Amino acid sequence: MKFLPAMIVGILFLAAWEGLVRLLQVPLFLLPPPSLIAASLAEDFPSLFDSLLFTLQITLGAFALASLGGIALAILFAHSRPIERAFMPYAVALQVTPVVAIAPLVILWVGLDNAWAALFILATLVAFFPVLSATLLGFRSVDGGLRNLFRLYGATPWQIFLRLELPSALPYMLAGMKVAGGLALIGAIVAEFVAGSGSATGLAWRIVEAGNRLNMPRMFAALALLSAAGIGLHWVLSAIERALLRHWHESQVEREPPSPRPSPARGEGVRG
Amino acid sequence: MISLRQIEKSFAGGVTALKDFSLALEQGEFVSLIGPSGCGKSTVLSLIAGLAEPSVGEIALARQRVGFVFQEPTLMPWATVRRNVALPLELAGESGPIDALLAKVGLAAFAGAYPRQLSGGMKMRASLARALAGRPDLLLLDEPFAALDEITRFDLIGQLLALWQEARFTALFVTHSITESVFMSERVVVMSPRPGHVVGEIRIDEPYPRSPEFRAEPRYASWCGEVLHCLRAAMEQAA
Repeated sequence: MKFLPAMIVGILFLAAWEGLVRLLQVPLFLLPPPSLIAASLAEDFPSLFDSLLFTLQITLGAFALASLGGIALAILFAHSRPIERAFMPYAVALQVTPVVAIAPLVILWVGLDNAWAALFILATLVAFFPVLSATLLGFRSVDGGLRNLFRLYGATPWQIFLRLELPSALPYMLAGMKVAGGLALIGAIVAEFVAGSGSATGLAWRIVEAGNRLNMPRMFAALALLSAAGIGLHWVLSAIERALLRHWHESQVEREPPSPRPSPARGEGVRG
Repeated sequence: MISLRQIEKSFAGGVTALKDFSLALEQGEFVSLIGPSGCGKSTVLSLIAGLAEPSVGEIALARQRVGFVFQEPTLMPWATVRRNVALPLELAGESGPIDALLAKVGLAAFAGAYPRQLSGGMKMRASLARALAGRPDLLLLDEPFAALDEITRFDLIGQLLALWQEARFTALFVTHSITESVFMSERVVVMSPRPGHVVGEIRIDEPYPRSPEFRAEPRYASWCGEVLHCLRAAMEQAA
């Protein structure tokens, strides 16, 4: 039911697209109708699917590495101001340099034969920073009162980390990872555009290839797969976030219907 | 017994919160510490709890297990009420009768609930239960009920007193409410404006359990008047 409005919009949009293209007789090489794109997708599915798998592998690998690295570095930074001051500027520098600009360099270094490695490195680089900065913010946002409480009860640094800092940072971490998931996909695609032909066979290359041949239905089919991958990734990450935070975090509060509460019948009884 | 002798506490930036502050507590006593805002009341609690060190002077605490109720409920939002209350025990690797404690503060039905499902008063109950979970010899309370409505506050005060009578820990209750301090404690210690020191104390010779009717007694009003008088004298002297 939740998806119904979006589905209606999607169906109306596709129908209007189909109708207008036919009505106005738009040339195929400019804008093919959805029906043709769907047919192309079905026809070329094996080769497109291989490309999708390739791009997804790069994306997920880069996402995993970026998340682990970003979280690890955030933990390090959060516990040592000197280390943060020494390394944070370089993390920022890496972040603000556009990935397209460093792509040729990275590809040169790893060699065109290992284009996948270049894609992997570049996608990781783009995805890394949001995890780092969001997680760092999370570790910095630990409630001061709770910190005092843990100190008061003699918590060890390890207990403070596991039971206080990690859960406090978790919502921030997940928000950063959600951004990183999308960026990893973008990084993988952009890097592949730059890498050009070579040995790369991801979706980006399918798009370039179809464009060169003016095979628009195939190009749109590849595009559709790409956004499906992006949506899928976002959806999975949102589901994980929801599963981890739904009991306690404000961001997950369902306004309607009201969240089930234990009956307040006894708790607030008058005593003493 | 707990004693603070001629404590001075200054903070970076040159603010002196406490100067020549002395206070002694007998085991099992219920003492309120009252003073104008900013007089260093909360600093006294931090020093006793070991969350801060005095700049001058010494604090003698004979191996006390300390419980602390903060001004805010300070619950972990990601943990259930039971896990929150059990925290002091879990950190020490111990276990204890958490459910019995929850029942005593009227939270038995909410053991599995998360803090955001609770009202302000219920959060404070959980906070109080947590402070008691470690079976403290000394309970420090930093204006814990200030943010609550009066009905909830009376209710919680009654519960706290009942728990105190049962377990007989030493209680040091920081407040800026004269009526609260008189209703609850055996002794009201009055502090001067910053830099804070003790300017007087009023004994409240009223047996426990104290019923709500105590609030309507003339002697209650006269004790409140004494505390007020002492506070005003301190503030006029400082001005």
